[in-house]
Amino acid sequence: MKIAVASGKGGTGKTTLATNLAAFLSERRRVVLIDLDVEEPNSGLFIKGQILKKEDKYKMIPEWSGECSLCGICQDVCEFHAVLRLGTQIMVFPELCHSCYACSELCPESALPMVPKKMGSIKQIQTDGFAFVESRLDIGEEQAVPLIAQTHKYIEANLKDEEIRIYDSPPGTSCPVIEATKTADFVILVTEPTPFGLHDLSLAVETMRELKKDFGVVINRFDLGNDDVPDYCEKEGIPVLARIPNDRHIAELYSQGKLIYKHVPQVETQLQAIEQFLEEKLNGGRS
Amino acid sequence: MKIAFTTKGTTWDAATDPRFGRTEYILVYDTETNELMSYDNRAIANEAHGAGPQTAQKLFEMNPDILITGNGPGGNAAAVLEKSGLKIYIGAGEMTVKDAYEAYKNGNLKEF
Amino acid sequence: MKEIVVISGKGGTGKTSITASFALLGGKNVVVADCDVDAADMHLLLQPDFKQAEDFYSGLLAHIDTDNCTNCAVCADVCRFDAIPVIDGQHTINEISCEGCSYCARVCPEKAIRMEERNVGQWFVSTTKIGSTLVHARLGIGAENSGKLVAKVKNEAKVIAEKNKAELVLVDGSPGVGCPVVSSLSGASYVVLVTEPTVSGLHDLKRVYELVHKFNISAGCIINKADLNPQMTDEIMDFMAGENIDHLANLPYDETFTKAVTQGKTIVEFDENGLRRILEDSWEKVKKESDKQRRGI
Repeated sequence: MKIAVASGKGGTGKTTLATNLAAFLSERRRVVLIDLDVEEPNSGLFIKGQILKKEDKYKMIPEWSGECSLCGICQDVCEFHAVLRLGTQIMVFPELCHSCYACSELCPESALPMVPKKMGSIKQIQTDGFAFVESRLDIGEEQAVPLIAQTHKYIEANLKDEEIRIYDSPPGTSCPVIEATKTADFVILVTEPTPFGLHDLSLAVETMRELKKDFGVVINRFDLGNDDVPDYCEKEGIPVLARIPNDRHIAELYSQGKLIYKHVPQVETQLQAIEQFLEEKLNGGRS
Repeated sequence: MKIAFTTKGTTWDAATDPRFGRTEYILVYDTETNELMSYDNRAIANEAHGAGPQTAQKLFEMNPDILITGNGPGGNAAAVLEKSGLKIYIGAGEMTVKDAYEAYKNGNLKEF
Repeated sequence: MKEIVVISGKGGTGKTSITASFALLGGKNVVVADCDVDAADMHLLLQPDFKQAEDFYSGLLAHIDTDNCTNCAVCADVCRFDAIPVIDGQHTINEISCEGCSYCARVCPEKAIRMEERNVGQWFVSTTKIGSTLVHARLGIGAENSGKLVAKVKNEAKVIAEKNKAELVLVDGSPGVGCPVVSSLSGASYVVLVTEPTVSGLHDLKRVYELVHKFNISAGCIINKADLNPQMTDEIMDFMAGENIDHLANLPYDETFTKAVTQGKTIVEFDENGLRRILEDSWEKVKKESDKQRRGI
């Protein structure tokens, strides 16, 4: 089963839920946690273990051969301004390149062959209980989607047999989120019971419906705000999988980078509720 | 010597534009002929990404010796400007072009 | 006119709440630009009237003119984004996958593909609940923030500030370290960094400060929930001292934040536990430090 943990905005506790859920489920099952928030991968800060494998990931970019008639077609066909003619040379800006191949293949002199350029890396770490894969975009790189796609491929090639995959998805509703949740069987949207939380949740719900995803909600710090989020979920027929309490102790554990459910029994109970819900989904799906 | 400024207008009294890539105008002052030329860069507002290197390309073609600007170019634009070998002075963010030129002459701007 | 930009790198640090508090303290002298377009929440606290709305276009999207298309598949062959599937025997553009590179349109032998500007959302000029002006935007699903949109929102705010003779533009900056945040910082007189004493808070603060430093902009820092992890707070203070970042304030971990937000209010409207006082002090510091920066001291 593939579960994506997502949220409309940052800072709702998405990473906390993903890491705790992975550790909790791994007590009984084979689990892999995959951090797909490639621009700010923070799961790893909470996870300690041994690095088993590290792979650099590449995208294809044009490289000027150093000799051509300087006709400028490459510059004209690039919608992203990643190729510029400067006096007697052609300059390529790898971070702006979307790897569309137009400049390379439309160059009448084949002076811009495509070559691999490192855009990030994937690390596989074995922790006590589960496998963890972190995907990290290099600073300055702007296209998260190709790296997320390659991370999905990495999992297929290396960790295909794990029973449960948990994706820590990027926040928001833009392309990286769509790429991260694309293959998920179920999406958990983490939110807070505040107007911010509700607003961003409703955008995330719209996105999930557009993608025709099966999804549910986890309300973090549920005792702090008001009833607008639970009311909204009820009205929209969205299942609320769990309610995680607000607790200074939880915030402290998080700030120290510690797993929470081992210290706070209430959180463990809520994780059990999520597990049960997912189990029913799984069984329901099979029958 | 030719000196370029990122600006919001076309005269000596215009305000400088602290931005590099998305600057509204580029003014070029030629100290030998005492001429002040302007280039309208406002079309750059339509570009989603890559404004920096494009403006840098314009400057490359104008080929000034010195650039006076506000916050300074980002990484991509800096790479282009490096090729043209011009010197960049920053810190002229919120003044008129005239004051920015004076500040440069008095050594009050920082080299990038 | 001064431009003060508030950024945080990481989400959920309280950046928007703090920016909205500054906006209220500044009153009509401040024009607010919400450039955190991915999670544009400022309107929930400032309650604008969405008075003036305009569509916003960014990037391109391919369209196939089916009357002229012979389904020769040249377009699909060159598309690296699998954005031209065949549906019911007709080559069709998948709008989510299309990157807008125009390669298909350039090679189509029938000239049956045209590139159109992509509508990615709307931007607004609003009057807030205290009568000041807010410029903000809303993105459609799958649309991404861009340097262009940030520049648009900021520019509009500046034009209005000049017209209304407002002293400063207050920018709620974009997250991350990409093009939108570069565009948020570009032209700033002073940067306010909002962080929290967590492992991820410090990690993201360092990443985003690299950019601020590169642009040579003076900065100050507010540590929110500072008492949650005193050791980490010390570590952040050390980092700030080493980089010459002004220390603006330490805010305590306080549920008043959430209480206020729940009622659509900012912390300064909630005079509890001395929070208002701390924010007033830091707002005064921000104004003073950004003045120094303007005079080039």
